Amino acid sequence: MNARFLLGALVLGVASVSLAQSGSLSLPPTFVAGSAFSLPTTGSGKAVFYIVGPGQALRRDVDLGEPVSFPAGTLYNAGHYVAILSSGASTETGQFDVVPAAQPEKISFLAKPSRLPVGLHNGISGAAYIFDAYHNLILKPLPVSFELSNQSSTVQARTVTTRNGVAWTEMDSATKQGSAKFVARVGDISSTRVIAEVPGDPCRLVMTARPDGKNVELQTAPLRDCGGNPVPDGTIVTFTESYNGMQSTVDAPLKQGIAKVEMPAYNGARISVASGVVAGNEIRWNGR
Amino acid sequence: MAKGILIAVSIGIATVLLIVIGTIWPVSTAVFFAGGPGLGGSASTPIAASRRLANEIHQHALAKAYSSLGNKAQFTEQEFVSDLTGSTLSLRTYATLDTYEVRPLHESANEAEIALRMHWSTVVGTFEETRDLHLVKNGDHWVVDWPLVKKPVVPPQVFAVNYLRWDVIYRGAGDDWGSQDVDAPHVRIIDMHPVNRAEGVVVLGELLNEDVVPAYVSVRATLLAKNGSVLASEDSFDKISHTLLPKQVTPFLIRFPGVDISQIASIRMDPISVLVSASADPVIEVQNQKFNGPPAASLNGQLSNQSGQIVNIAHVLTTFYDKNGQLVWVAGQYIDRALLPQTPVDFHIPVPADLAKNIANERTVVASYRSGSSD
Repeated sequence: MNARFLLGALVLGVASVSLAQSGSLSLPPTFVAGSAFSLPTTGSGKAVFYIVGPGQALRRDVDLGEPVSFPAGTLYNAGHYVAILSSGASTETGQFDVVPAAQPEKISFLAKPSRLPVGLHNGISGAAYIFDAYHNLILKPLPVSFELSNQSSTVQARTVTTRNGVAWTEMDSATKQGSAKFVARVGDISSTRVIAEVPGDPCRLVMTARPDGKNVELQTAPLRDCGGNPVPDGTIVTFTESYNGMQSTVDAPLKQGIAKVEMPAYNGARISVASGVVAGNEIRWNGR
Repeated sequence: MAKGILIAVSIGIATVLLIVIGTIWPVSTAVFFAGGPGLGGSASTPIAASRRLANEIHQHALAKAYSSLGNKAQFTEQEFVSDLTGSTLSLRTYATLDTYEVRPLHESANEAEIALRMHWSTVVGTFEETRDLHLVKNGDHWVVDWPLVKKPVVPPQVFAVNYLRWDVIYRGAGDDWGSQDVDAPHVRIIDMHPVNRAEGVVVLGELLNEDVVPAYVSVRATLLAKNGSVLASEDSFDKISHTLLPKQVTPFLIRFPGVDISQIASIRMDPISVLVSASADPVIEVQNQKFNGPPAASLNGQLSNQSGQIVNIAHVLTTFYDKNGQLVWVAGQYIDRALLPQTPVDFHIPVPADLAKNIANERTVVASYRSGSSD
């Protein structure tokens, strides 16, 4: 409806393009990007009509007195244009702007980061750029709704009006790990990004030891962060055994939630465990 | 004019004469470096016999070296070659004997002991190896009994492995600029300390992968002068464990030769991380680490491969701390032999004697490389 009105207004409202001898070149101040338009001319004889603008240059041979028609999609880049009518020795110039269509057709949605720890205030940012069908940024204010949802948390939603074609917001990461859907929507078009909300540092690192022949088998309890989320497999846990001025270390990855290693069993050895900057418990091995 | 012709003719005659002399009576050094027998010709003394063997190893004439051994009946030529070049792909496979030293330990009329210290050259630097040779007099010449290091045999067994690895799919080249991509892993420098040494400034530190995905990491340091200008910029090159699994810490060391610490106003640190495919295996245990204080300060220990895969090249990196937990030094060593499953291999990391007195604790990590593996 809106586009039809604009097209009608454009066709009805076109000014005439006339020869230098019979008047000045006058054009409407704006056209809508991609719309069809027609420019009546006055006078007689042959002339050449040029339109030069951002990324586009058009040339038409015209019969003066006949209208010059441009089908839909001819001028599609928003910006400032110059029109030139050249007939023999006389040249007339005029200027006009092509503005984006009012109807949004596409959202470019930048969501950062793609992965972050749980429970982070304003840790997720989203910026939506609203474009028309010809990839022109729509500068007119438009309401954009943002929605962040994770299966195990409440939905966060807010609406932001675009300024200069952009709307942005910040959201908190959920307290439970998982993939969150971050959606930006304007009108009936939307764009979705997936944010991985991952566990934080281990909150409590506890290992147990039991004899296994000449070795001691060390095993951590299932590792969880302070929100109760299981720390992902592959996380490195460092076991250190000190005895009689010597030391043994193993960097073992978590597998199925636990880290397990075997180290030589020395009575009186001190065995400690850590993961990153988080230290766990210490065991003094006495053979049991 | 005539004088010039005379000089030219004289030079020509002298050149031809020297070529003839050099061909008929070559200098032994030149023959040696041209691949001929040269320096290794004689075995009339224990030292000469040891040198001849070392020269043959240097020239990679291993068949000839094997045939000259006195105890060759005890092992095959293939075992001898494997002893020198490694039985599986390792640093030794492409190493060349750069230089060597022989040192008599004991000598009698018919027997001698010689220490042969070999300096091998590899793409990551040199490594040293000392073999104590036993020599026996056989008529008018001496023959070497080679002290073969037996290839460790791993007993047949089955390792249960919970295979864990990460693969990455990045956004495509044709994707819209607003399309989402996977972020680089979050890494953090948790410690940094510049040290002034005679050869220049050394920046030491530790880097933590605080993310839940593996990272390929490097660290760049830029020294800034008091007027803000850049004095020098270097990166950690191989003095870092480049692949960091989640929550893993690596030390790093960056050298700035010829720079004095008094010239530096500040240091800009740039950790670099890239998300890469990686495997959580193999796990390598660092056993029996013992720090020996000055004068010959070093850290000795053993690496034990806990997995069922062969690790072709292992790189040991150790961070040394003082009693307050402050960084003192970072040092490392490449292991010249492949790590076979459950087979301990020794390592030895020298530490500067002047820093050794401050060392109270250490932490060792191992970077491993496997043939045919992309991670």
